[in-house]
Amino acid sequence: MTEVISTEVLLQALFVFVLTAFVGYEVVSKVPTMLHTPLMSGANAVHGVIVVGAMLVAATAEGPLRIVLALLGVILGTINVVGGFVVTDRMLEMFKRRPGGES
Amino acid sequence: MTTLEILTFLVYLVGSVTFILGLKFLASPTSARRGNRLAATGMAIVVLWVFITEFVLRENGLSTVWILAVGIPIGAVAGVVGARRVPMTAMPQMVAIFNGAGGGAAALVAAAEFLHFAGDGRELLSVPFMVATLLGAVIGSVSFTGSIIAFGKLQGIVSGRPVTYPGDKVVTGILLVGILGLGVALTVFTNDVTPFLVFVALALVLGVAAVMPIGGADMPVVVSLLNSYTGIAVAATGFVLGNYALLVAGTLVGASGGILTQLMCRAMNRSLFNVLFGAFGTAGGTVAAGADGEQTVREISADDAAVLMAYGKKVIIVPGYGMAVAQAQGPVRELMDLLVARGVDVEFAIHPVAGRMPGHMNVLLAEANVPYERLKEMDEINDDFANADVALVIGANDVTNPAARTDQSSPIYGMPILNVDHAHNVVVLKRSMAAGFAGIANPLYSDPKTAMLFGDAKKTVQALVSGVKNA
Repeated sequence: MTEVISTEVLLQALFVFVLTAFVGYEVVSKVPTMLHTPLMSGANAVHGVIVVGAMLVAATAEGPLRIVLALLGVILGTINVVGGFVVTDRMLEMFKRRPGGES
Repeated sequence: MTTLEILTFLVYLVGSVTFILGLKFLASPTSARRGNRLAATGMAIVVLWVFITEFVLRENGLSTVWILAVGIPIGAVAGVVGARRVPMTAMPQMVAIFNGAGGGAAALVAAAEFLHFAGDGRELLSVPFMVATLLGAVIGSVSFTGSIIAFGKLQGIVSGRPVTYPGDKVVTGILLVGILGLGVALTVFTNDVTPFLVFVALALVLGVAAVMPIGGADMPVVVSLLNSYTGIAVAATGFVLGNYALLVAGTLVGASGGILTQLMCRAMNRSLFNVLFGAFGTAGGTVAAGADGEQTVREISADDAAVLMAYGKKVIIVPGYGMAVAQAQGPVRELMDLLVARGVDVEFAIHPVAGRMPGHMNVLLAEANVPYERLKEMDEINDDFANADVALVIGANDVTNPAARTDQSSPIYGMPILNVDHAHNVVVLKRSMAAGFAGIANPLYSDPKTAMLFGDAKKTVQALVSGVKNA
């Protein structure tokens, strides 16, 4: 069998994975309902980090098939990350207090 | 490890911290925007760093830089234009599309890595690597097509009703078995490209088959779940590429999206299983008795309703999807301002699942500059309805349906609702007597305390505004 990634790295990654899952749970469990939509949108932008994965594929892409996959990956990943952050910012802009508003 | 590799690790660490803090800040209204910008900054640093190390500094790295030069502008323009142009009412669809793009990207990355190391007749790959690659490909693909269907349902391109046919669950079952079988085969028997492509194709079909039977009203839950799926797919590609930025970000979103989905289900008092497989909202035997046109309702004119509110002490406004569709939030704010100026206590009662997403109403009302101190969540305001002179329901239906409390045969029985029927007077703004998204009759409308005001919500609210001005 071809070892693409060493067992050591995989185990460390597993360690990080499990601990991060707990962090994700803790961070979100106290969010007020009114922020659920922006939060979902913000989290959506964060997994746009997949664009980095597509960039890594693009860096070593050889052959037409992998190049096409990398290009599509970069396009979709960029849509996810850029659109995600911009749309979340737009939502949150609306939560600003009204200048001079009562209460 | 070279110095560059160590620095890369540290950059990923910084990025991961900004993602965690970003999500944490998003949990409070005062810091939410900062949180989003912090995460975006961290993301930009990581992307820039990968560009420098993998393209600029690497030997021959610039030979494929054209992929970024072409791909990133296309994606960025599409993302910015989509995010800027979308009306606030269409927010859930937009999140669905962005999420689908992410899922698709994850599947493509997993596929590219498979094709890099595997291929016809080549040696088998290590089991953990294959498991991660296949998970990334299958979950990313399901999220991709599932999100597109969810978008179609919310946008009205695909029927919002649950689309079911005899044996649909069997088909889904067969797809699952096929995916599982091929997955095992690809891990322990073969490395060929064809079974992998069939595997991905089945996953793409599964995404469609899984979302089609779910009603439009449940789409927010589905989008939230698919968001979590994409997170897991990204985490899987993090394993595949041995990349901690992908691993941490994907896992964070996978876990937080899972919790968010649970919270949304709890607000509707339903299990996730029921949402996914219940085909909720089918017009069938479950529709409560009295659903047909035999309801007798009382109508009221806009001027009379305006007088009722103008001379009341306390008015509670209950917004719903109808307000969003009619874009009535601006006039609603105007109405609130006029009433407040007359000394009326005005509050908004926000049901957790009002609209098409939790917080949907908050976003819309905030857009119209309604101060968020006036927005009350269900538990906070439900006891106050008894003191309210008028409960003004604007395009909300199922979340006000008293049948949820009493009628055990109703499909929404047990769902927590707003106690609108406890108010002294109820004025319901509604386009027609059509049933709500869940397809269930609402006995609130035939309550003697209730008066109906039919018409487009925006026009009706504008009529109320001029009514209050003249009162």
